[in-house]
Amino acid sequence: MEHIISVLVENKFGVLSRVANLFSGRGYNIESLSVAPTLDPSMSMMTIVTRGDDKIIEQIVKQLNKLIDIIKVVDLNETEFVERETALIKIHTRQEDRAEALRIADIFRGKVVDSTPTTYTIEVTGDVRKVEACIDLLQPLGIKELVRTGRVAIAREPVRQAAAQPRRVLKEEK
Amino acid sequence: MKLTGAEIFVECLKREGVKTIFGLPGGVVLKIFDVLHQQKDIEVILTRHEAGAGHMAEGYAKATGKPGVALVTSGPGMTNVVTPLVDAYMDSVPIVVFTGQVPTHLIGNDAFQEADNVGISRPCTKYNFLVKDVNDMGQIVKEAFYIATTGRPGPVLVDIPKDVAMNKGEFRYPDRVYIRGYNPTYEGNKWQIKQAVEAIQKARKPIIYVGGGAIFSNAQAELLEFAELTQIPVDMTLMALGAFPGSHALSLGMMGMHGSYASNMAVHFSDLVIAVGARFDDRVTGKVSEFCPEAKVIHIDIDPTSIRKNVHVDIPIVGDVKTVLQELNAMLKATPNGHSIEQRKPWWNQINDWKAKHPLTYVQPPDAMIKPQYVIDRIYQFTKDKDPIVSTDVGQHQMWAAQHFVLNKPHRWLTSGGLGTMGFGMPAALGAQAAFRDKLVLCIAGDGSFQMNMQEMATAVVNKLPVKVFVLNNHFHGMVRQWQDLFYEGRYASSYLDTVPDFVKLAEAFNAVGLRAKKVEEVDGVIKEALKTDKPVIVDIEVDPYENCYPMIPAGGCNHEMILEDPPEMKRGEKPVPKVAGEDKDAVLTA
Repeated sequence: MEHIISVLVENKFGVLSRVANLFSGRGYNIESLSVAPTLDPSMSMMTIVTRGDDKIIEQIVKQLNKLIDIIKVVDLNETEFVERETALIKIHTRQEDRAEALRIADIFRGKVVDSTPTTYTIEVTGDVRKVEACIDLLQPLGIKELVRTGRVAIAREPVRQAAAQPRRVLKEEK
Repeated sequence: MKLTGAEIFVECLKREGVKTIFGLPGGVVLKIFDVLHQQKDIEVILTRHEAGAGHMAEGYAKATGKPGVALVTSGPGMTNVVTPLVDAYMDSVPIVVFTGQVPTHLIGNDAFQEADNVGISRPCTKYNFLVKDVNDMGQIVKEAFYIATTGRPGPVLVDIPKDVAMNKGEFRYPDRVYIRGYNPTYEGNKWQIKQAVEAIQKARKPIIYVGGGAIFSNAQAELLEFAELTQIPVDMTLMALGAFPGSHALSLGMMGMHGSYASNMAVHFSDLVIAVGARFDDRVTGKVSEFCPEAKVIHIDIDPTSIRKNVHVDIPIVGDVKTVLQELNAMLKATPNGHSIEQRKPWWNQINDWKAKHPLTYVQPPDAMIKPQYVIDRIYQFTKDKDPIVSTDVGQHQMWAAQHFVLNKPHRWLTSGGLGTMGFGMPAALGAQAAFRDKLVLCIAGDGSFQMNMQEMATAVVNKLPVKVFVLNNHFHGMVRQWQDLFYEGRYASSYLDTVPDFVKLAEAFNAVGLRAKKVEEVDGVIKEALKTDKPVIVDIEVDPYENCYPMIPAGGCNHEMILEDPPEMKRGEKPVPKVAGEDKDAVLTA
């Protein structure tokens, strides 16, 4: 099963390599990974999308916690969360396709961020299904280049206390 | 007053209480060696190879429980120490290795003797550092020792560029360390411990399975109390030997691939496994899907990743073994448990049957070749009153030593378990001897393993480290030969070592003492002779080259399906013909 793991790390050199080493050394798979500093510039937040059964995910979370540069690990699948990904899609457009390209972009609330007589570059943001659906529809027109940010995710803040699921902070688990 | 990085570094080591460093200099660490040369508090032991330095640091750490320290140069100095780092990582040995690095402005330029020390060591250390600024030296050295020795211990590497060692900075050494991403759990969860007490009360066929964690946690007293309180039999892993007295009535000895019959049967048929500082290695569990099929598992370990990594655990307790056992004992004492001792009578009858049926034993006919087990037994008989430290290399001799050398105290057993590093034994023995100059330190080696780090005999002689090395010489990589007999129809592919070197002459070349026994009646004599001298000794003992080590659970087999003797379908290979006509040629041919 797919899991999105949010990992708060020290913002210093070598940390990404430690995380990547952990996954490759133990044969775990990273489907996507995104990193950027948090409000506190001494820390970065990584969002890792990975796959595995419960036993593997438990090991991934524990192994991540064991790394000394990692401050906090949260398996977002334990709670409600919002995820987003952005794709920049450069499509090759013939004259007769240009209107169709814009229509598709519009359906997915995409924006044209660059335009030439023969290409459009469309920015689309959404959950992974939306981004992939947009890519699928644009594909017949001819995708020249495609870049995706990988997913970022954040836990939903509970609306009512009673309905709220306690978020498991695995670092402190005994 | 400003000091150079090297001076700050040495001062930090003194504050950490470091007494001995094992190392080998090179271009970029000369400054540090120069500072060490001008002081008296820290002894520097010059090794002949950096792998020796790393293993000596490990031996020092295992024998003392304190961190071992090695100092090597950049490039090849560092790469040579990778094996000891991995070894220490697998066996959770607290060592701190300092490596030199090319000056910071040359890093990444493929400079002479440059290697990516931090990158190379990342997967084989608990943590590593690159000191980029001389003013960070104190903080980093402090953190390095803190990380190596706390939680689940392990190796830490600190990479020091040449210019950082030369530059001047303020000496600052913090009193305490706070690392926000690193907070090992020492106290076990009380509710979980209570669950464990209930499970122990109910158990009819329980077993305690002790791992190396009990040794580094110094939990021997608590473990003894726990076992005696509950009268539960104790199985030890290779790493745990000495954590519980081997001669105690509750001890079943070593478990696992070459463990005793009773210990493996007991764990397989138990209804409750209490794992104490162990990690369910495949050499212990055998076929993991059929490991103790009927048992509940309680697992006490300081490392949460050890729990449920290999086997299902019913009651996990994350915490320091010593602390958790104290709590567990207190709770057990508060609960009357006479009844549960009574209900285990049939279990003990069963175990005693197993013990009687297949005890660890060997036969030494008086006119046959020397049996390796006999040698270990005799060494044990001669030294057991001297409380020796015993190191081993890796292979058959290691397993025979684990089976026949009974240890009653922790920190007396130096062996490479997880990584199985041949060449570990002799340098590790030197590390222990450097820590305890007056103690008897024995190294039980094989002829294959010994040759992997035999250059360190020079270190032994020069530094007056009088280790007694017993080479059980079978002219083979014995364990490989055993597997070839059992699983490869006796084709001895690259396992025969011929008749060189002559270990007695080798010892003499090093200005050490060389002794040899070829007949059974000579064994006692050479052991006595070796123990008498105050120099390092190599004792070459010609043992039966075709002796196999049993019991044995074939890799991937079940714990209760042990091979107890050479199976009838086993095909012995042809006896190899020595290519070198040495004086020991006959030994192999007449076996």
